Formats: sequence, C-alpha cells, structure tokens
Amino acid sequence: MVDFYAEWCGPCKMAAPVIEELATEYAGKAVIAKVDVDAESKLAQDHRVMSIPTVIVFKNGEEVERMTGFAGKDGYVKMIEKALGE
Amino acid sequence: MEHTKLAIIGSGPAGYTAALYAARADLAPTLFAGQKSGGQLMWTTDIENFPGFPEGITGPDLMINMRKQAERFGTKILDKDVTAIDFSVRPFKLQTADTEMTADAVILSLGAQSIPVGVPGEQEFIGRGVSTCAVCDAAFYRGKRTYVIGGGDSAMEDTLALTKFADSVTVVHRRDQFKASKIMQERVLSNAKVKVIWNSSLKEIRGDEVVTEIVIEHDGTSETLPTDGVFIAIGHKPTSELVAQAVALDDHGYIVTRQSATKNGVTAANAALSEVGLVAFPSMTSVEGIFAAGDCVDIRYKQAITAAGQGCSAALDAERWLESQE
Repeated sequence: MVDFYAEWCGPCKMAAPVIEELATEYAGKAVIAKVDVDAESKLAQDHRVMSIPTVIVFKNGEEVERMTGFAGKDGYVKMIEKALGE
Repeated sequence: MEHTKLAIIGSGPAGYTAALYAARADLAPTLFAGQKSGGQLMWTTDIENFPGFPEGITGPDLMINMRKQAERFGTKILDKDVTAIDFSVRPFKLQTADTEMTADAVILSLGAQSIPVGVPGEQEFIGRGVSTCAVCDAAFYRGKRTYVIGGGDSAMEDTLALTKFADSVTVVHRRDQFKASKIMQERVLSNAKVKVIWNSSLKEIRGDEVVTEIVIEHDGTSETLPTDGVFIAIGHKPTSELVAQAVALDDHGYIVTRQSATKNGVTAANAALSEVGLVAFPSMTSVEGIFAAGDCVDIRYKQAITAAGQGCSAALDAERWLESQE
C-alpha cells in the first residue's frame, strides 16, 4: 500500500501517524510505503495522482484499489484486509 | 464502563480550547478527536488572523500545537469517532465503534463540513479533477486551466493557492459580488491570472478518465467550458447529525444555545434569565449538562478565534455547572 503525500498537506499530516502504525502492524504481511509527491512528481503523475492524500493498494504489481482523501485507520485496514484476503 | 466528568466531542479550535480550560480546572476531560482530527484548519495553509502569530502559522501546525497544549494539562485524547449518544440518561452515554463511555457533562464542538454543489459528475470525478482542497491539490495543476466554485473566504483561499501553479483560475459565483473578507477579495481580484464569472452557477462536470469540461448557467443560458480542474468551495454546513434527535437545532441545523445569535437563541436565553438578569450557563444547549461551541453553533462569525473563545466559554460553563450538581 502506497501513500502519496506532501509536507504541506494537512490531511496528509493526519494520515501520517496512521500509515506508520499500519507499517508496524502489517510488517511481514504487506509493504506499506509512502511517496513524497514533491520529490517524486513523475511517479505521482505516472499513477495519475491528482489529489492528496491518495493511497493505492498494489497486489502482484497491479493496482487493485485506491482511496482519495484521508480514510481514517479503519478505511485503510479494510483496503489491506481485502487485498490480503483475495 | 469507563466514566469521565467531562467529554468533549470534536478537535477543532473550539474542542481543543475547551479541553485546555477543562484540564487546567482539573476535570481530566476526555476529548474524542475523531479519526480525522484537527478540523477544518487542517485543510488550510497560512492563518494570518489568529492573534499571537505575527508572521502567521499554518493551519495544521496551529492545530497540532493546540492538541499538544490540551494534552499537556491532562486531557485524554481518543482518535475515535463518536457514533451514537444518549443524552436522555444521567450520566450521559457516548459510543464509539468499539467502546462505550459515560460522562457527567458533554461539550459538543462538532464543527462544520463543506457542502457539495450536488451536480452530475461531482462525486464521480473526486480526485480526478474535482477537489475540495485547493491547498492540498493545487500543485497538481501546474500550467492547467482551473475553475473555483464559490465566493466566500474559502473560495478566495482556493483561488490564491491555485494562482501559484495554474495558468488560469476562473471563479464562478452565483451572485454579483463576493461575500469574502475585503482583504481576500482584493488579493484575488488584483491577480492577473484570475477571472470571475458573476451571476452563474455550476450545472455539470464532464470528462472521461479525468475532468475535461464544465457546464455553467448564466442568465438562463448554458455554456460549456473546457477545464482541467474544478475546486468546490461553496460553503459549509454545521455537523450536527449525531445529536439531531437529542438537542434542539435551528432550521439550518445549527445547535441552539442560550448565546446563539438567532431568535431561537434569544428565546432560550430569556428562559434561562436569573433574578438579577444574567443568563445562566450561556453555552448550554436545550439539554441540561450538554454544552456546545464553535462552528456547529455559530451561524454568524465562524472564525478560528471565535470558535476558540466559545470553547473556552463552554468549558467554564461546564465547570460551574458540574460544581452546582455536587
């Protein structure tokens, strides 16, 4: 699961600690990563990220789900569980 | 079941200020910050009208500071949403997805949320050319054509955020003048990248993978305009669904207290006049022991500083009311 964020984005700051928690909780089961859209603007563009925070779940290299706007921890847990379950 | 003397619901300036005052009064309050903590200021950039910060401060930084200050004096903060309440029993009951808590008094600082325009394409293209947070998303519109819908301070702020990146920013407003503050209007209207289409409303947002055009209506005629981004900023409504059945609301959904600047508020204040002509517990709602502050109450001012002030009043009222119950 990849979190596209920027330093100047308020909702991203809400999401940041949640993403960190998930990285610990899902260690060994899923890779939780974050991408600074300022530093990696091409990567953000390649994935058509036009709004942040955007979180994209990839499975076997393919995008399976994306969420725009901060979804709360529950929202992200649902996305990961769904991808792990499939 | 866990019990607290004072529960505060909401984590904007009203909630955190109430928590700060209540904590310093030794009430050890519990604040339900919600999963999306920090309130509307988390969606802004520079706050230039909150006194004490001569150089300005960013909205997120201000809120993170307020949270720390409330915590420093012993506020217990839970990043959970309150999903149900029962104010018909004492102590009052509050429920989250996985816990229940009782409280002797409650402060509602539920805030407000942005209103969608409600036109075709709006929900469908969120994150693909439709945005409610220009401050967050402006950078993705470098060199693009953008539109802002609205005419208040938040529309002005969105417009200014976009001018730093976009080629053109056109504001579509349904009236012939903005209701935003003078200083914000001047900044917008003097910016060479900004155009305004007055007396017009958004009717539809169209596109394929991403937004490509919008339809606006002007004097009864429709016009289709090519665009890369549409930013919605038509205003806010009070967040009061949670308590709609429990406390009195006015016709617009605002929680009524004895200091509401409305007819309902005046009636409530009259009913609570003491012998010497003082309104008892001005921030109390229609339910004794339930107080309210900030944008969920304030039909008039809706500023960070007024919300903080009302949060302070509510905490002082709650403290005094709790003492009167002992």
